[in-house]
Amino acid sequence: MAGGQERILRGRIRSVQATKKITRAMELIAASRIVKAQQRVAAAVPYSEQITEVVKDLAAAGGSSQSPLLAGRAEVKTTAYVVITADRGLCGGYNSGVQRAAEGEVKAAVLAGKDYSLVTIGRKAEGYFKFRGYQIATSYSGFSDSPTYAQAREIGQDVVARYVAGEFDRVELVYTRFISAGSQEVVLRPLVPLDRETVAGGDGKASDATGATADYEFEPDPGTILDTLLPRYVEARIYAALLNAAASEHAFRQRAMKSATDNAEELIKNLSRIMNRARQDSITTEIMEIVSGAEALSGGKAVREVQLIELGPLTSESLVTSTQHSGD
Amino acid sequence: MSMKVEVVSPERVLFSGEATQVITRTLGGGEIAFLPGHAPFLGALTESHTRITLVDGTVLDVAVHGGFVDVSGTRVSILSDVAEIGDEIDRARALRAKESAEEAIAREHDAEAISALSRAHARLSASGGLAGTPQGAH
Repeated sequence: MAGGQERILRGRIRSVQATKKITRAMELIAASRIVKAQQRVAAAVPYSEQITEVVKDLAAAGGSSQSPLLAGRAEVKTTAYVVITADRGLCGGYNSGVQRAAEGEVKAAVLAGKDYSLVTIGRKAEGYFKFRGYQIATSYSGFSDSPTYAQAREIGQDVVARYVAGEFDRVELVYTRFISAGSQEVVLRPLVPLDRETVAGGDGKASDATGATADYEFEPDPGTILDTLLPRYVEARIYAALLNAAASEHAFRQRAMKSATDNAEELIKNLSRIMNRARQDSITTEIMEIVSGAEALSGGKAVREVQLIELGPLTSESLVTSTQHSGD
Repeated sequence: MSMKVEVVSPERVLFSGEATQVITRTLGGGEIAFLPGHAPFLGALTESHTRITLVDGTVLDVAVHGGFVDVSGTRVSILSDVAEIGDEIDRARALRAKESAEEAIAREHDAEAISALSRAHARLSASGGLAGTPQGAH
Protein backbone atom coordinates (compact mmCIF):
# COMPACT_ATOMS: atom_id res chain seq x y z
CA MET A 1 0.00 0.00 0.00
CA ALA A 2 2.73 2.41 1.04
CA GLY A 3 4.65 1.74 -2.18
CA GLY A 4 1.65 2.83 -4.22
CA GLN A 5 1.48 6.15 -2.44
CA GLU A 6 5.15 6.71 -3.10
CA ARG A 7 4.63 6.14 -6.80
CA ILE A 8 1.76 8.65 -6.92
CA LEU A 9 3.87 11.26 -5.13
CA ARG A 10 6.80 10.68 -7.47
CA GLY A 11 4.49 11.33 -10.41
CA ARG A 12 3.20 14.56 -8.91
CA ILE A 13 6.71 15.80 -8.22
CA ARG A 14 7.67 15.06 -11.79
CA SER A 15 4.71 17.03 -13.13
CA VAL A 16 5.41 20.00 -10.83
CA GLN A 17 9.01 19.93 -11.98
CA ALA A 18 7.90 20.07 -15.60
CA THR A 19 5.61 23.01 -14.83
CA LYS A 20 8.46 24.75 -13.04
CA LYS A 21 10.65 24.39 -16.11
CA ILE A 22 7.97 26.04 -18.23
CA THR A 23 7.34 28.91 -15.84
CA ARG A 24 11.07 29.47 -15.46
CA ALA A 25 11.46 29.66 -19.25
CA MET A 26 8.54 32.10 -19.51
CA GLU A 27 10.06 34.23 -16.76
CA LEU A 28 13.38 34.45 -18.57
CA ILE A 29 11.73 35.23 -21.91
CA ALA A 30 9.61 37.98 -20.34
CA ALA A 31 12.67 39.43 -18.61
CA SER A 32 14.59 39.67 -21.87
CA ARG A 33 11.58 41.20 -23.63
CA ILE A 34 11.14 43.91 -21.00
CA VAL A 35 14.50 45.34 -22.00
CA LYS A 36 13.56 45.35 -25.68
CA ALA A 37 10.15 46.87 -24.97
CA GLN A 38 11.73 49.54 -22.81
CA GLN A 39 14.09 50.45 -25.63
CA ARG A 40 11.14 50.80 -27.98
CA VAL A 41 9.35 53.07 -25.53
CA ALA A 42 12.48 55.21 -25.32
CA ALA A 43 12.90 55.22 -29.11
CA ALA A 44 9.38 56.57 -29.57
CA VAL A 45 9.93 59.51 -27.23
CA PRO A 46 11.69 61.92 -29.67
CA TYR A 47 8.84 61.74 -32.19
CA SER A 48 6.06 62.24 -29.66
CA GLU A 49 7.99 65.06 -27.98
CA GLN A 50 8.59 66.87 -31.24
CA ILE A 51 5.09 66.41 -32.57
CA THR A 52 3.81 67.83 -29.30
CA GLU A 53 6.21 70.71 -29.78
CA VAL A 54 4.84 71.37 -33.27
CA VAL A 55 1.23 71.29 -32.04
CA LYS A 56 2.16 73.75 -29.31
CA ASP A 57 3.94 76.05 -31.77
CA LEU A 58 0.89 76.00 -34.03
CA ALA A 59 -1.44 76.69 -31.16
CA ALA A 60 0.82 79.55 -30.02
CA ALA A 61 0.79 80.96 -33.54
CA GLY A 62 -3.00 80.97 -33.35
CA GLY A 63 -3.42 78.22 -35.91
CA SER A 64 -7.18 78.06 -35.96
CA SER A 65 -8.67 74.81 -37.05
CA GLN A 66 -12.27 73.84 -37.54
CA SER A 67 -11.25 70.27 -36.81
CA PRO A 68 -13.60 68.74 -34.23
CA LEU A 69 -10.56 66.90 -32.89
CA LEU A 70 -9.48 70.14 -31.26
CA ALA A 71 -12.75 71.86 -30.56
CA GLY A 72 -14.62 69.07 -28.82
CA ARG A 73 -18.38 68.74 -28.70
CA ALA A 74 -20.72 70.94 -26.75
CA GLU A 75 -22.68 67.95 -25.54
CA VAL A 76 -20.88 64.73 -24.71
CA LYS A 77 -23.23 61.81 -25.20
CA THR A 78 -21.03 58.89 -26.09
CA THR A 79 -17.67 58.32 -24.52
CA ALA A 80 -15.49 55.69 -26.13
CA TYR A 81 -12.90 53.83 -24.12
CA VAL A 82 -9.89 52.41 -25.88
CA VAL A 83 -8.93 49.52 -23.62
CA ILE A 84 -5.47 48.07 -24.09
CA THR A 85 -4.82 44.60 -22.70
CA ALA A 86 -2.73 41.57 -23.62
CA ASP A 87 -3.55 38.79 -26.05
CA ARG A 88 -2.51 36.11 -23.62
CA GLY A 89 -2.97 35.44 -19.95
CA LEU A 90 -0.43 34.14 -17.44
CA CYS A 91 0.58 37.65 -16.53
CA GLY A 92 -0.83 38.09 -13.04
CA GLY A 93 -3.21 40.98 -12.53
CA TYR A 94 -2.25 42.81 -15.71
CA ASN A 95 -5.41 42.20 -17.73
CA SER A 96 -7.85 42.27 -14.86
CA GLY A 97 -6.46 45.61 -13.64
CA VAL A 98 -7.18 47.31 -16.96
CA GLN A 99 -10.51 45.55 -17.39
CA ARG A 100 -11.67 46.55 -13.92
CA ALA A 101 -10.71 50.19 -14.48
CA ALA A 102 -12.50 50.30 -17.83
CA GLU A 103 -15.58 48.52 -16.50
CA GLY A 104 -15.74 50.99 -13.60
CA GLU A 105 -15.65 53.92 -16.01
CA VAL A 106 -18.31 52.38 -18.21
CA LYS A 107 -20.60 51.73 -15.25
CA ALA A 108 -20.11 55.28 -14.01
CA ALA A 109 -20.97 56.59 -17.49
CA VAL A 110 -24.12 54.46 -17.62
CA LEU A 111 -25.16 55.65 -14.15
CA ALA A 112 -24.68 59.25 -15.28
CA GLY A 113 -27.07 58.54 -18.14
CA LYS A 114 -24.44 58.66 -20.87
CA ASP A 115 -23.75 56.28 -23.67
CA TYR A 116 -20.48 54.43 -23.91
CA SER A 117 -18.60 52.47 -26.49
CA LEU A 118 -15.57 50.23 -26.31
CA VAL A 119 -12.59 49.78 -28.58
CA THR A 120 -10.76 46.74 -27.30
CA ILE A 121 -7.15 46.03 -28.06
CA GLY A 122 -5.91 42.57 -27.14
CA ARG A 123 -7.79 39.29 -27.09
CA LYS A 124 -8.32 39.38 -23.33
CA ALA A 125 -10.29 42.63 -23.25
CA GLU A 126 -12.38 41.51 -26.21
CA GLY A 127 -13.30 38.24 -24.51
CA TYR A 128 -13.99 39.88 -21.17
CA PHE A 129 -16.34 42.57 -22.48
CA LYS A 130 -18.01 40.41 -25.09
CA PHE A 131 -18.81 37.75 -22.48
CA ARG A 132 -20.39 40.37 -20.23
CA GLY A 133 -22.49 41.80 -23.04
CA TYR A 134 -20.92 45.25 -23.34
CA GLN A 135 -21.18 47.19 -26.61
CA ILE A 136 -17.94 46.88 -28.49
CA ALA A 137 -17.35 49.16 -31.47
CA THR A 138 -14.23 47.45 -32.78
CA SER A 139 -11.63 45.00 -31.58
CA TYR A 140 -7.98 44.66 -32.45
CA SER A 141 -5.74 41.84 -31.40
CA GLY A 142 -2.66 39.87 -32.25
CA PHE A 143 0.06 42.41 -31.57
CA SER A 144 -0.10 43.22 -27.87
CA ASP A 145 3.45 42.15 -27.05
CA SER A 146 5.18 44.00 -29.88
CA PRO A 147 3.00 46.70 -31.45
CA THR A 148 4.17 48.60 -34.53
CA TYR A 149 3.32 52.10 -35.66
CA ALA A 150 1.28 50.74 -38.55
CA GLN A 151 -1.12 49.14 -36.07
CA ALA A 152 -1.33 52.34 -34.04
CA ARG A 153 -2.15 54.20 -37.24
CA GLU A 154 -4.91 51.76 -38.15
CA ILE A 155 -6.50 52.17 -34.71
CA GLY A 156 -5.98 55.95 -34.79
CA GLN A 157 -7.60 56.33 -38.20
CA ASP A 158 -10.57 54.27 -37.14
CA VAL A 159 -11.04 56.18 -33.89
CA VAL A 160 -10.66 59.57 -35.59
CA ALA A 161 -13.10 58.59 -38.35
CA ARG A 162 -15.72 57.48 -35.83
CA TYR A 163 -15.18 60.64 -33.82
CA VAL A 164 -15.51 62.90 -36.82
CA ALA A 165 -18.62 61.01 -37.94
CA GLY A 166 -20.17 61.75 -34.56
CA GLU A 167 -20.26 58.18 -33.32
CA PHE A 168 -18.02 59.14 -30.40
CA ASP A 169 -18.09 62.49 -28.61
CA ARG A 170 -15.08 61.79 -26.46
CA VAL A 171 -12.38 59.15 -26.48
CA GLU A 172 -10.34 57.97 -23.52
CA LEU A 173 -7.42 55.60 -23.35
CA VAL A 174 -7.25 52.96 -20.62
CA TYR A 175 -3.90 51.24 -20.43
CA THR A 176 -1.06 50.32 -18.13
CA ARG A 177 1.67 52.89 -17.99
CA PHE A 178 5.20 51.57 -17.65
CA ILE A 179 7.09 53.54 -15.04
CA SER A 180 9.92 51.12 -14.38
CA ALA A 181 10.45 47.37 -14.42
CA GLY A 182 9.24 47.33 -10.82
CA SER A 183 6.23 49.59 -11.08
CA GLN A 184 3.38 50.05 -13.54
CA GLU A 185 0.01 51.68 -13.11
CA VAL A 186 -3.33 51.54 -14.84
CA VAL A 187 -4.14 55.00 -16.18
CA LEU A 188 -7.08 56.69 -17.86
CA ARG A 189 -6.03 59.39 -20.31
CA PRO A 190 -8.20 61.62 -22.48
CA LEU A 191 -7.32 61.13 -26.15
CA VAL A 192 -9.88 63.11 -28.15
CA PRO A 193 -10.74 65.99 -28.19
CA LEU A 194 -7.27 67.38 -27.78
CA ASP A 195 -7.78 70.28 -25.47
CA ARG A 196 -4.89 72.58 -24.81
CA GLU A 197 -4.08 70.81 -21.57
CA THR A 198 -3.96 67.38 -23.19
CA VAL A 199 -1.62 68.62 -25.85
CA ALA A 200 0.67 70.37 -23.41
CA GLY A 201 0.74 67.49 -20.95
CA GLY A 202 1.65 64.85 -23.52
CA ASP A 203 1.93 61.32 -22.26
CA GLY A 204 2.22 61.63 -18.54
CA LYS A 205 4.74 64.44 -18.64
CA ALA A 206 4.38 67.75 -16.96
CA SER A 207 3.92 70.63 -19.34
CA ASP A 208 6.78 73.04 -19.65
CA ALA A 209 5.17 76.41 -20.17
CA THR A 210 7.63 77.96 -22.57
CA GLY A 211 4.81 79.97 -24.10
CA ALA A 212 4.69 81.32 -27.60
CA THR A 213 7.90 80.98 -29.56
CA ALA A 214 9.29 83.16 -32.29
CA ASP A 215 7.19 84.21 -35.27
CA TYR A 216 6.88 81.22 -37.53
CA GLU A 217 6.51 81.02 -41.25
CA PHE A 218 3.99 78.44 -42.34
CA GLU A 219 3.58 76.48 -45.51
CA PRO A 220 0.77 75.76 -46.18
CA ASP A 221 -1.24 77.91 -43.76
CA PRO A 222 -1.36 76.96 -40.05
CA GLY A 223 -4.93 75.69 -40.24
CA THR A 224 -4.12 73.17 -42.97
CA ILE A 225 -1.00 72.02 -41.17
CA LEU A 226 -2.97 71.54 -37.99
CA ASP A 227 -5.61 69.52 -39.83
CA THR A 228 -3.03 67.09 -41.16
CA LEU A 229 -1.11 67.11 -37.90
CA LEU A 230 -3.87 66.30 -35.42
CA PRO A 231 -4.61 62.78 -36.68
CA ARG A 232 -0.86 62.07 -36.60
CA TYR A 233 -0.79 63.33 -33.04
CA VAL A 234 -3.61 60.98 -32.03
CA GLU A 235 -1.76 58.10 -33.67
CA ALA A 236 1.44 58.96 -31.84
CA ARG A 237 -0.46 58.99 -28.55
CA ILE A 238 -1.98 55.58 -29.26
CA TYR A 239 1.40 54.23 -30.29
CA ALA A 240 2.98 55.45 -27.05
CA ALA A 241 0.15 53.84 -25.07
CA LEU A 242 0.58 50.54 -26.95
CA LEU A 243 4.32 50.51 -26.27
CA ASN A 244 3.79 51.29 -22.60
CA ALA A 245 1.21 48.52 -22.36
CA ALA A 246 3.53 46.03 -24.05
CA ALA A 247 6.40 46.81 -21.69
CA SER A 248 4.04 46.55 -18.71
CA GLU A 249 2.71 43.23 -19.96
CA HIS A 250 6.18 41.76 -20.03
CA ALA A 251 6.97 43.13 -16.57
CA PHE A 252 3.76 41.68 -15.15
CA ARG A 253 4.37 38.34 -16.82
CA GLN A 254 7.89 38.16 -15.49
CA ARG A 255 6.69 38.78 -11.94
CA ALA A 256 3.83 36.30 -12.22
CA MET A 257 6.11 33.62 -13.63
CA LYS A 258 8.74 34.25 -11.00
CA SER A 259 6.26 33.64 -8.19
CA ALA A 260 4.91 30.59 -10.04
CA THR A 261 8.45 29.19 -10.21
CA ASP A 262 8.99 29.89 -6.52
CA ASN A 263 5.71 28.19 -5.64
CA ALA A 264 6.62 25.16 -7.71
CA GLU A 265 9.93 24.91 -5.88
CA GLU A 266 8.16 25.04 -2.52
CA LEU A 267 5.67 22.42 -3.62
CA ILE A 268 8.43 20.11 -4.81
CA LYS A 269 10.18 20.45 -1.45
CA ASN A 270 7.05 19.59 0.52
CA LEU A 271 6.09 16.74 -1.77
CA SER A 272 9.53 15.17 -1.61
CA ARG A 273 9.39 15.29 2.20
CA ILE A 274 6.11 13.42 2.19
CA MET A 275 7.42 11.03 -0.41
CA ASN A 276 10.57 10.27 1.59
CA ARG A 277 8.49 9.49 4.64
CA ALA A 278 6.29 7.17 2.60
CA ARG A 279 9.36 5.48 1.18
CA GLN A 280 10.86 4.97 4.62
CA ASP A 281 7.60 3.50 5.82
CA SER A 282 7.51 1.07 2.98
CA ILE A 283 11.16 0.04 3.58
CA THR A 284 10.39 -0.57 7.25
CA THR A 285 7.41 -2.68 6.37
CA GLU A 286 9.42 -4.61 3.83
CA ILE A 287 12.18 -5.37 6.30
CA MET A 288 9.63 -6.52 8.80
CA GLU A 289 8.16 -8.82 6.21
CA ILE A 290 11.58 -10.26 5.36
CA VAL A 291 12.42 -10.79 9.00
CA SER A 292 9.16 -12.43 9.76
CA GLY A 293 9.44 -14.57 6.65
CA ALA A 294 12.91 -15.77 7.61
CA GLU A 295 11.69 -16.38 11.15
CA ALA A 296 8.84 -18.49 9.93
CA LEU A 297 11.19 -20.60 7.77
CA SER A 298 13.93 -21.39 10.28
CA GLY A 299 12.71 -20.71 13.77
CA GLY A 300 15.07 -18.83 16.14
CA LYS A 301 18.20 -19.03 13.88
CA ALA A 302 17.05 -16.29 11.50
CA VAL A 303 16.72 -13.78 14.27
CA ARG A 304 20.41 -13.98 15.10
CA GLU A 305 21.42 -13.45 11.47
CA VAL A 306 19.23 -10.40 11.23
CA GLN A 307 20.88 -9.04 14.35
CA LEU A 308 24.25 -9.40 12.66
CA ILE A 309 23.19 -7.18 9.77
CA GLU A 310 22.73 -4.39 12.33
CA LEU A 311 19.21 -3.27 12.01
CA GLY A 312 19.63 -0.90 14.92
CA PRO A 313 16.51 0.18 16.75
CA LEU A 314 14.38 -1.93 14.47
CA THR A 315 15.76 -5.24 15.83
CA SER A 316 13.98 -5.39 19.13
CA GLU A 317 10.75 -4.31 17.50
CA SER A 318 11.08 -6.81 14.72
CA LEU A 319 11.86 -9.51 17.28
CA VAL A 320 8.54 -8.82 18.89
CA THR A 321 6.66 -8.74 15.63
CA SER A 322 8.42 -11.78 14.26
CA THR A 323 7.53 -13.79 17.32
CA GLN A 324 3.97 -12.62 16.90
CA HIS A 325 3.99 -13.54 13.24
CA SER A 326 5.77 -16.85 13.74
CA GLY A 327 2.52 -18.45 14.68
CA ASP A 328 1.00 -17.69 11.26
CA MET B 1 28.32 77.16 -39.96
CA SER B 2 26.09 74.19 -39.51
CA MET B 3 22.79 73.20 -37.99
CA LYS B 4 21.44 70.19 -36.19
CA VAL B 5 19.23 68.01 -38.36
CA GLU B 6 17.03 65.20 -37.16
CA VAL B 7 14.89 62.80 -39.14
CA VAL B 8 12.46 61.22 -36.70
CA SER B 9 9.95 58.47 -37.33
CA PRO B 10 7.54 57.28 -34.63
CA GLU B 11 9.54 54.12 -34.09
CA ARG B 12 13.04 55.57 -33.96
CA VAL B 13 15.35 58.43 -34.81
CA LEU B 14 16.51 57.69 -38.35
CA PHE B 15 19.18 60.32 -38.56
CA SER B 16 20.63 62.89 -36.25
CA GLY B 17 23.66 65.02 -37.01
CA GLU B 18 25.15 68.28 -38.19
CA ALA B 19 24.40 69.49 -41.70
CA THR B 20 24.76 72.60 -43.83
CA GLN B 21 21.69 72.28 -46.03
CA VAL B 22 18.35 70.47 -46.14
CA ILE B 23 16.12 70.30 -49.21
CA THR B 24 12.62 68.93 -48.92
CA ARG B 25 9.18 69.44 -50.44
CA THR B 26 6.19 70.97 -48.70
CA LEU B 27 2.56 70.17 -49.30
CA GLY B 28 1.49 72.27 -52.27
CA GLY B 29 4.48 74.56 -51.95
CA GLY B 30 7.18 72.85 -53.95
CA GLU B 31 10.76 72.25 -52.92
CA ILE B 32 12.31 74.33 -50.21
CA ALA B 33 15.89 74.52 -48.95
CA PHE B 34 16.96 75.38 -45.44
CA LEU B 35 20.34 76.82 -44.60
CA PRO B 36 21.65 77.48 -41.09
CA GLY B 37 19.93 80.48 -39.57
CA HIS B 38 16.71 80.06 -41.52
CA ALA B 39 13.74 81.88 -40.08
CA PRO B 40 11.47 79.72 -37.89
CA PHE B 41 9.43 77.62 -40.27
CA LEU B 42 6.74 75.00 -39.94
CA GLY B 43 5.54 73.01 -42.90
CA ALA B 44 3.59 69.95 -43.86
CA LEU B 45 5.53 67.69 -46.21
CA THR B 46 4.52 65.62 -49.18
CA GLU B 47 6.24 62.55 -50.65
CA SER B 48 9.70 63.67 -51.58
CA HIS B 49 13.34 62.88 -52.04
CA THR B 50 14.82 64.90 -49.22
CA ARG B 51 18.50 65.77 -49.46
CA ILE B 52 20.61 66.57 -46.42
CA THR B 53 24.07 68.00 -47.10
CA LEU B 54 26.30 66.95 -44.25
CA VAL B 55 29.15 69.02 -42.84
CA ASP B 56 31.76 67.04 -44.81
CA GLY B 57 29.93 67.73 -48.09
CA THR B 58 28.36 64.32 -48.62
CA VAL B 59 24.67 64.25 -49.37
CA LEU B 60 22.33 61.99 -47.44
CA ASP B 61 19.29 60.94 -49.45
CA VAL B 62 16.09 60.24 -47.58
CA ALA B 63 12.73 59.23 -48.99
CA VAL B 64 10.16 61.07 -46.89
CA HIS B 65 6.52 60.07 -47.30
CA GLY B 66 4.62 62.94 -45.78
CA GLY B 67 5.13 64.44 -42.38
CA PHE B 68 6.23 67.77 -41.01
CA VAL B 69 9.30 69.93 -40.86
CA ASP B 70 10.02 72.18 -37.92
CA VAL B 71 12.81 74.71 -38.35
CA SER B 72 13.86 76.94 -35.51
CA GLY B 73 17.20 78.74 -35.35
CA THR B 74 19.89 76.14 -35.80
CA ARG B 75 17.70 73.08 -35.70
CA VAL B 76 15.74 71.28 -38.43
CA SER B 77 13.52 68.38 -37.46
CA ILE B 78 11.73 66.27 -40.00
CA LEU B 79 8.91 64.24 -38.50
CA SER B 80 7.59 61.51 -40.70
CA ASP B 81 5.38 58.46 -40.31
CA VAL B 82 7.38 56.74 -42.98
CA ALA B 83 10.86 57.79 -43.97
CA GLU B 84 13.70 55.74 -45.36
CA ILE B 85 17.39 56.44 -45.70
CA GLY B 86 18.50 56.03 -49.33
CA ASP B 87 20.89 53.13 -48.70
CA GLU B 88 18.21 51.08 -46.99
CA ILE B 89 15.67 51.28 -49.80
CA ASP B 90 14.79 48.15 -51.73
CA ARG B 91 15.06 49.51 -55.29
CA ALA B 92 13.62 46.44 -56.96
CA ARG B 93 10.54 46.64 -54.80
CA ALA B 94 10.16 50.37 -55.42
CA LEU B 95 10.45 49.77 -59.19
CA ARG B 96 7.74 47.13 -59.07
CA ALA B 97 5.57 49.48 -57.02
CA LYS B 98 6.14 52.24 -59.57
CA GLU B 99 5.15 50.00 -62.47
CA SER B 100 2.02 48.70 -60.80
CA ALA B 101 1.04 52.24 -59.77
CA GLU B 102 1.54 53.47 -63.35
CA GLU B 103 -0.64 50.66 -64.64
CA ALA B 104 -3.34 51.51 -62.12
CA ILE B 105 -3.25 55.15 -63.15
CA ALA B 106 -3.46 54.22 -66.83
CA ARG B 107 -6.66 52.30 -66.07
CA GLU B 108 -8.30 54.89 -63.88
CA HIS B 109 -7.16 58.05 -62.20
CA ASP B 110 -7.48 57.31 -58.50
CA ALA B 111 -5.83 59.13 -55.63
CA GLU B 112 -4.50 55.98 -54.00
CA ALA B 113 -2.50 55.00 -57.08
CA ILE B 114 -1.18 58.52 -57.53
CA SER B 115 0.14 58.65 -53.99
CA ALA B 116 1.61 55.16 -54.42
CA LEU B 117 3.39 56.44 -57.52
CA SER B 118 4.74 59.48 -55.70
CA ARG B 119 6.02 57.23 -52.92
CA ALA B 120 7.75 54.98 -55.45
CA HIS B 121 9.26 58.04 -57.14
CA ALA B 122 10.56 59.39 -53.86
CA ARG B 123 12.09 56.01 -53.02
CA LEU B 124 13.74 55.58 -56.41
CA SER B 125 15.03 59.11 -56.49
CA ALA B 126 16.49 58.84 -53.00
CA SER B 127 18.14 55.51 -53.72
CA GLY B 128 20.08 56.62 -56.76
CA GLY B 129 18.00 58.23 -59.46
CA LEU B 130 14.64 57.80 -61.08
CA ALA B 131 15.90 55.63 -63.95
CA GLY B 132 14.63 57.63 -66.90
CA THR B 133 11.75 59.38 -65.20
CA PRO B 134 12.17 63.14 -65.18
CA GLN B 135 12.81 64.57 -61.72
CA GLY B 136 9.75 65.94 -60.02
CA ALA B 137 7.28 64.34 -62.41
CA HIS B 138 4.79 64.00 -59.60
